[in-house]
Amino acid sequence: MSANVRTLDANEAVARIAHAVSELVAIYPITPSSPMGEWADQWSAEHRDNIWGSTPHVIEMQSEAGVAGAVHGALQAGALTTTFTASQGLLLMIPNMYKIAGELTPTVFHIAARSLAAQGLSIFGDHSDVMSARGTGFAMLCSNSVQEAQDLALIAHAATLESRIPFMHFFDGFRTSHEVAKIDALPDETIRAMINDARVQEHRDRALTPDKPVIRGTAQNPDVYFQARETVNPYYLACSEIVQNLMDQFGELTGRSYHCCDYSGAPDADRVLVIMGSGAEAAEETIAALNAAGEKVGLLKLRLYRPFPADRLLAALPDSTQAMAVLDRCKEPGSLGEPLYQDVLTAIAEAQASAAPRFTTTPRIVGGRYGLSSKEFTPAMIQGIFRELAKDSPKNHFTVGIHDDVTHTSLDYDPDFSTEDAETVRAVFYGLGADGTVGANKNSIKIIGESTDNYAQGYFVYDSRKSGSMTTSHLRFGPRPIRSTYLISRANFVACHQFSFLSRFDVLKLAEEGATFLLNSPHPPETVWAAMPRSIQSQIIAKKLKFYVIDAVKVARDAGMGGRINTVMQTCFFAISGVLPADDAIAAIKNAIKKTYGKRGELIVQKNWDAVDSSLANLHEVPVPSAADSGFDLLPPVPAAAPAFVQAVTGRMIAGEGDLLPVSALPVDGTYPTGTTQWEKRNIAQEIPVWDTEVCIQCGKCVMVCPHSVIRSKIVPKDALTDAPPGFLSTTPKWKEHKDEAYTLQVAAEDCTGCGLCVEVCPAKNKREVRLKAINMTPQAPLREAAVKHWDFFESLENMDRDQIHHNLVKDVQLLEPLIEFSGACAGCGETPYIKLMTQLFGDRAYIANATGCSSIYGGNLPTTPYTVNGAGRGPTWANSLFEDNAEFGLGMRACLDMQEAHAKTVLRHLAPKLDQALVDALLAAEQTTEAGINAQRERVAQLKTALHAMDSLEARDLESLADKLVRKVVWIVGGDGWAYDIGYGGLDHVLASGRNVNILVLDTEVYSNTGGQCSKATPRAAVAKFAAAGKGTAKKDLALIAMNYRNAYVARVAMGGNDTQTLRAFREAEAYEGPSLILAYSHCIAHGYNLAFGMDQQKLAVDSGHWPLFRYNPDRTLVGENPFQLDSKAPKVPLDKYIYNETRYKMLVRSAPDTARELLKAAEADVAARWDMYSYMASMPGAKAAEQTAREGEEG
Amino acid sequence: MSDLRSSYLGLALKSPLVASASPICARLDAIRQLEDAGAAAVVLHSLFEEQINIESQELDRHLLQGADSFAEALDYFPAVDDYRLGPEQYLEHLRKAKEAVSIPIIASLNGVSRGGWLRYAQYMEEAGADALELNEYYIPTNPDMTGAEVEAMYCDLVREVKESVKIPVAVKIGPFFSNLANMAARLEAAGANALVMFNRFYQPDFDLEALEVVPNLRLSTSEELRLRLRWVAILHGRVQTDFAVTGGVHTHLDVIKCMMAGANVAMMTSALLQRGIDHLVRVHTDLRTWLEEHDYESIEMMQGSMSQRSSREPGDGLTPK
Repeated sequence: MSANVRTLDANEAVARIAHAVSELVAIYPITPSSPMGEWADQWSAEHRDNIWGSTPHVIEMQSEAGVAGAVHGALQAGALTTTFTASQGLLLMIPNMYKIAGELTPTVFHIAARSLAAQGLSIFGDHSDVMSARGTGFAMLCSNSVQEAQDLALIAHAATLESRIPFMHFFDGFRTSHEVAKIDALPDETIRAMINDARVQEHRDRALTPDKPVIRGTAQNPDVYFQARETVNPYYLACSEIVQNLMDQFGELTGRSYHCCDYSGAPDADRVLVIMGSGAEAAEETIAALNAAGEKVGLLKLRLYRPFPADRLLAALPDSTQAMAVLDRCKEPGSLGEPLYQDVLTAIAEAQASAAPRFTTTPRIVGGRYGLSSKEFTPAMIQGIFRELAKDSPKNHFTVGIHDDVTHTSLDYDPDFSTEDAETVRAVFYGLGADGTVGANKNSIKIIGESTDNYAQGYFVYDSRKSGSMTTSHLRFGPRPIRSTYLISRANFVACHQFSFLSRFDVLKLAEEGATFLLNSPHPPETVWAAMPRSIQSQIIAKKLKFYVIDAVKVARDAGMGGRINTVMQTCFFAISGVLPADDAIAAIKNAIKKTYGKRGELIVQKNWDAVDSSLANLHEVPVPSAADSGFDLLPPVPAAAPAFVQAVTGRMIAGEGDLLPVSALPVDGTYPTGTTQWEKRNIAQEIPVWDTEVCIQCGKCVMVCPHSVIRSKIVPKDALTDAPPGFLSTTPKWKEHKDEAYTLQVAAEDCTGCGLCVEVCPAKNKREVRLKAINMTPQAPLREAAVKHWDFFESLENMDRDQIHHNLVKDVQLLEPLIEFSGACAGCGETPYIKLMTQLFGDRAYIANATGCSSIYGGNLPTTPYTVNGAGRGPTWANSLFEDNAEFGLGMRACLDMQEAHAKTVLRHLAPKLDQALVDALLAAEQTTEAGINAQRERVAQLKTALHAMDSLEARDLESLADKLVRKVVWIVGGDGWAYDIGYGGLDHVLASGRNVNILVLDTEVYSNTGGQCSKATPRAAVAKFAAAGKGTAKKDLALIAMNYRNAYVARVAMGGNDTQTLRAFREAEAYEGPSLILAYSHCIAHGYNLAFGMDQQKLAVDSGHWPLFRYNPDRTLVGENPFQLDSKAPKVPLDKYIYNETRYKMLVRSAPDTARELLKAAEADVAARWDMYSYMASMPGAKAAEQTAREGEEG
Repeated sequence: MSDLRSSYLGLALKSPLVASASPICARLDAIRQLEDAGAAAVVLHSLFEEQINIESQELDRHLLQGADSFAEALDYFPAVDDYRLGPEQYLEHLRKAKEAVSIPIIASLNGVSRGGWLRYAQYMEEAGADALELNEYYIPTNPDMTGAEVEAMYCDLVREVKESVKIPVAVKIGPFFSNLANMAARLEAAGANALVMFNRFYQPDFDLEALEVVPNLRLSTSEELRLRLRWVAILHGRVQTDFAVTGGVHTHLDVIKCMMAGANVAMMTSALLQRGIDHLVRVHTDLRTWLEEHDYESIEMMQGSMSQRSSREPGDGLTPK
């Protein structure tokens, strides 16, 4: 085994090379490339040097467009500069990429290639992004595996310096970027040897300098632009040879040989596959198996895609080639074929049309699409392609891996075909998100990779939820290199770390005959069989599985690990698999634990070690009975009452069968029904809140803060409860006007995440036992059956008439129906309560423009989405455009609504003579500032529609289609701080300045939450975040102050936990304001690092410490001569450290760099003081009326 | 001029005035000021094993919260290379304190596990502590645990710590034992070089509006001194350890009473927190003046002079009737 063996993923491997050979790294987070930037930032924070002995400067920008600009500038000034990106981020760089390439400037952009948002966003891998940038003039080098990603990263950096052509080095997002594999890490001397310092010097010599000034970026005219564009041709013509020479040099240094076009397979192949990316690995594995079975097939792996090495491609193909399939991992709708296909086709066609044709008989060439959005690409599919190629008329422009029953592009294949190596151990682990399963498996792969001669691979699949998600770990290890770049479909080891999964998922689907099944079970070996669903029992018997159980939760608890079962299950895996001798395995696990957790204290290490030591004594093999006798089976994914689409489509996605859905099942334009989370019952809470009617004061705070809308209250007539199920709780309302009715508060037990936020916010205490409140967390399982009946009955009760509810009182507003529910947001999320409040107040007439980020993921990630409708079928209509353009997106909606309303009024006036004049007058003059006014207008619109329906004219039809726009609509532009403060700030600024009537809700978590906690300009000083690993040294941007400068925008800063009444007031005032409104909402977040049950307490501390002063700035107040600025919180009364050091994001700096922490705390305290001084000064300014009064008094005096 | 010197734990002290464990001692500049103000030794603030464990567990829990759960956010914090979570910060402070002043530095330890007591005691010795103060603060709440078991636990712990370090060990205890004299003798037998009397128990208050139990840290007053004087006076001569009085020492008169009862040192905390470090200068001056006005040649001369054994009228004042 080489001394340089490392087990890591491609993001880390590539980042290491890029950091080593760069002087400046510009970064911005975007999945799946973010970890490369994070590594670079961390290494520079640790003062790790590049090969020239200086620490690269890492700079985070406000967007990828900003990154490209910074890269361009740094290159012009002579720095060796690099960046990392993906997807739409790369698209934002394109304008600068043309410039960088046009100026022949060496740089490398490393791309974890990802889908582009089209009919829907996808974070997963394909080549849509890089193919969109193929015209920029950048060279494009593709890596197919983790090893290659490291190696070609270095070759790219060397080649860009030699060729002067900038490079995109790309590899498949997730499949390669996140695959953990055993590789030979390049030693520093090899890195050094590949970089030619003379070329570095030349790069510097070309840089701008006033000591030898030149000018670049000129404007050119028709006389010379064209010729100037052609000047670069020699560089592109020379590029592939430069790359190949460097590949050869690299091969001599490392023994790993690469070519711009690598052919493998039968030398006399009749059929050849051309492909780029990780799919090439699966193809190589498949081709070896097919050739061994007597076929003659080959594979051409194209590594250098731009400049396209046509000659090398032609030379690499065997003379015997009769048919070729060119595979693209992207889609170009409307084209004659995808890019690689067209390039290959052109290369062959040009060769065949030349004086010396390459082939005696021109091969048949077809193109196909595969693997979009990380769709599986398996040996079975590859075999299917070769079978198709063997046909006389193979299908062209095919797809593979899906079932296209609409345009019938898809190829058939034998799903049972497999090329898995019998000697490779294939293990699949099902875990619950954050239970440590993935982390332990990453450690296992490292242990196996670095402690044995085995090759090893780990790949991890996550579901679409941020809380209670299922993770699936796919681990392979064995004596031969692993090229299986696809998920395990035949596992010889299956571990299920959560017993509850058994009734929800077919966890044995992947188990092959004779496999081992390890189950974490609360049931002892004697009784576990009876607790399992019938189909699981059947598979254990039919597949002759060896079956082991362990009560890992108990072992972990006894070791003081709480519910963290990862090391227990990991120990069992090693014991059962026998990959290492038992003692060696235990020692290696302990060593890995020490390495992983040692930094967090001796106790943590010791507890993990204790868990390891006590695991094997609790591991039991279960004798398998001869018959499946369970009285129950897997639960259906959605209930029978769900609508047809949910049954046919959503339900299959929930069940993990989305891959099997045919094209015809899916909407053509990305339009999906709302309100579907209600059909997915996840039952993820161990404990749920239970209401105590005696203690409750009916304040509504628990309803208000519930992030998932699982606690709701209603006031109903007493007789509505006549048929209530047993145990359904209600009490006398504390509203005088409703004292003869019944108040009830219910919990959706199956949708609750168990966060406990509701209990902590509850102000009422049980006077007999003060630890108890009006709601108390109680184990869910025993309550579930009754709770479901209670919830269903509650749902059947009428909501109170909105007119009767005081919309200015928190306790009343909580009687309003929320129109977002059961989202996949984190347990305890601090954002969703604000959105919920917005939907309660305005949801039935709201347009939501949602920036990409957490709120677009829990708001719009399939399979189920949370925005829903009220009894009248009305609810928020929601769309996500991009990350950077959300303010503009919402402005467009507003402009349209205003236009449509105006047009509707014009037509209405035209048609007035044919309509009831009183109705027309009322419609045109409608007062819609109250719920009653809006309801009255809705009734008028209904009357209008009835009247229009009877009219036979184009104008009537026109007005009929727009009549609903006569009811006041509200546009809410929603997003996080990454959007509002950084990438979308320019647009937000423009929208504020526009004066249009939109409402902007910024869910300020002070960090890029969705991509894992990178620093934004909202991140406060002294906090640690990714990209600010050494603590953020600058103050949080005061976006509110900037917005107030316009003087035409309503601006409020709110924190629900600080003052919920002020929050409510701000939302209502923002909506009422006939201009742009901006609400900055403090949102506690999992990325802050504390128990989010205390989120509201932290919000209060944020306010009381002065970190988050509450205020409202309402320009309407100037109309009555009042100061528009109202400060709603008092002077800081809690020291800042009492607030911030409750959170890991601050505290970790104290632990890692106490001196810096002390300095930053002082500076942050100064920030608080300065901000308070300014705000209190602003609040003290007299309004015009008071100023006049004072002046008058002065004169009189 | 009267001789104010005393000795404690085998350490020759320039006076009996010792700064007791408090937040003051967590600041290096304050330790320098204490020396300048006349403190003969400083007991550092306690290293709480439980606190280290809690912080360690919290950090681990919060760093892992939500990790490896969602493909876009596999974790939420940068992988910081090193956290100073364990006793490192305390030990570094101890090392710096030793370098900063010439007076003895006594490290204080409050453990919750046998392993913790022993490990951290050794670390403190290695870091240069002149002596150790074991802060045995334990509130038994288990009704099945007997007093004998509790006492045995105290003694076993002292024995084991003594076996693991070479520096002198003082044991800080509370007054609540069935027979404190017997307990003191057993601690001596276990190896304790001094008894520090007494711990002040954490007594939270009730907030009747919020219906919450709230921390209520109240500083001591001279009133509290009497319990300490009484027990030092009883034990002096009966038990051969050194004695330190802590809790209620505010003035030079309090110090003198401690000495007369039989203490080797009088430790001050609350007075310094209330009045500032300079208060020590006043106490020091007043102490010297009093000794001179009352013709005491030295502190040593008065030490134990009013202990139970030395008192002319055992039935008076300090002894039970």
